[in-house]
Amino acid sequence: MPPASSRRLSTVDNPRKSTVLTAMTALFTLYCLLPLGWLVINATKSQADFVSTFGLAPGREFALWDNIAGVFTYQDGIFSRWLLNTVLYVVVGATVSTFLAALGGYALAKHDFTGKRVFLLVVLGSISVPGIALAIPQFLLFAQLGLTNTPWAILIPSFVNPFGLYLMWVFAAEAVPTGLLEAARIDGAGEFRTFLQIALPLLAPAGVTVLLFSFVSIWNNYFLPLIMLKDPAWYPLTVGIQQWNKLGSTAGNGALIQNLVITSALLTIVPLIIAFLGLQRYWQSGLSLGAVKG
Amino acid sequence: MDQQRARRRSRIGLAFIAPFGVLFTLTLIVPILYAAYLSLFQERLVGGNVFVGLANYGKLFQDPQFWDGVWRVVRFTLVQGPIMLVLAMALALALDSRRLHGARFLRASIFLPYAVPAIVSTLMWGFLLGVKYGLFGSLNEAAGTDLDPFTPGTTLISIGVMVTWAFTGFNMLIFYSALKAVPRELYEAAAIDGAGEFQVVRAIKLPALRGSLVVTVIFSIIGTFQMFNEPQILPSMVANSGVTTFYTPNLYAYHLAFTGSQQGYAAALALVMAALTIAVAYAVQVRGLRNASSQ
Repeated sequence: MPPASSRRLSTVDNPRKSTVLTAMTALFTLYCLLPLGWLVINATKSQADFVSTFGLAPGREFALWDNIAGVFTYQDGIFSRWLLNTVLYVVVGATVSTFLAALGGYALAKHDFTGKRVFLLVVLGSISVPGIALAIPQFLLFAQLGLTNTPWAILIPSFVNPFGLYLMWVFAAEAVPTGLLEAARIDGAGEFRTFLQIALPLLAPAGVTVLLFSFVSIWNNYFLPLIMLKDPAWYPLTVGIQQWNKLGSTAGNGALIQNLVITSALLTIVPLIIAFLGLQRYWQSGLSLGAVKG
Repeated sequence: MDQQRARRRSRIGLAFIAPFGVLFTLTLIVPILYAAYLSLFQERLVGGNVFVGLANYGKLFQDPQFWDGVWRVVRFTLVQGPIMLVLAMALALALDSRRLHGARFLRASIFLPYAVPAIVSTLMWGFLLGVKYGLFGSLNEAAGTDLDPFTPGTTLISIGVMVTWAFTGFNMLIFYSALKAVPRELYEAAAIDGAGEFQVVRAIKLPALRGSLVVTVIFSIIGTFQMFNEPQILPSMVANSGVTTFYTPNLYAYHLAFTGSQQGYAAALALVMAALTIAVAYAVQVRGLRNASSQ
């Protein structure tokens, strides 16, 4: 088709939209959104409606606000405590791990030191060690040190992010000009000040990416807090919700609180989804760094 | 003078890497060494904790429950991995074709499940698919069928549906990033040469995805080999799911360490699984890179 090909040539960057392709992709998108839609619908149902009405249809009464109030008052309002714990683990963990990754990645890219090659090899190798396989050895050690059942048991492992260090290293090698560092040194700036005032701002784009990945992985962490913490007062949301879920399923004499379980699950993912959609650009850049260089 | 400066710079480099290095040692190296040490002991009813050498490892290699779990995650990887990665690749190609209406919305929606914690995902899918409150219950009632996604024979498929849901978007974005790195001039040149859409995909786009395919395969293997959350949570939602205490190796290690108090044995299991995962990931990487360079 000669005329068609000449038209395609002019629109190679912006070809005609395809309805068939869109429909096929939309079908998969439906699979992605269906459970989330189900969650939103069922968070608006009372316990009675949840048990008796069709899953994808609204209930007889709109009970979302009652459910949210129920979530925050059940068991003396322990949900707020879990929420605060999660925020503590996420804010402290993600900030410290990103800062340490930036500091280390910068040092790897711009400084030489003895043992650098061995260090890199070990850290990169550790990326493929499954986190859960590590958690049991970590628990055994932390129990020995008396750190289990304290917030430190969650915080300390979250400070170490080998993949973040790797991203920072790759990024620092390209984004921080060595000449600029030399100039700062000639001006008599100390090494740490040079890092803080010159390198760190340049590292910010990769920093946001690492921060975001840490945010999600700490917020979603389930196994580590499950084994490290016994006291419900230190639980993060993930472990707390599963405790409620188990209550509801203890057949016979269990409390039937599926409406609270579902509403608390919805409340748990709302902040994540906001962080996610708001900062999409940074996901993209982080993944491309990892994919192209890896 | 120069040497002195170099030494000073080396000290600074070490000082900068030290905080990460110390914590890395405390949370990775020391636990692994400690687990290796513990794995040489067994808790006995008589005599307490006794040194047994490599007996835990010998026992592990003959433990049918351990191998049952290993075999299950291997099967799962072999079936779910390719399905998910082919879907992710097809979606990335569809996005990159620039032929989709509402591409930004579709891309964000497909990636969204990655942000959902496994506990929430398992709760949603457990309720949604379950026969008690979910869609299969409604379907069975309406059509008189007796389908159940959570029987010993079907639970693993349902877990596959959950895992595919959670990670297809993540893999899609990795592929999509690789496609975006292809210089646009190549497509213009191909169009001038009269190449059709499928020829462009075959000759330019698929080869460009090879490197990220290695990365995504490795991520999938690591992810599946440590499967824990879904099978740990499901039994508290459905009565007869067929999930045993040794359904996956990590679930088995968890039960050994926390309900069986066989810590030495659990430590041995965790170390063997870590070694197995690293070995498989490394083999994939070596093979993938060799194939890529021979092309």
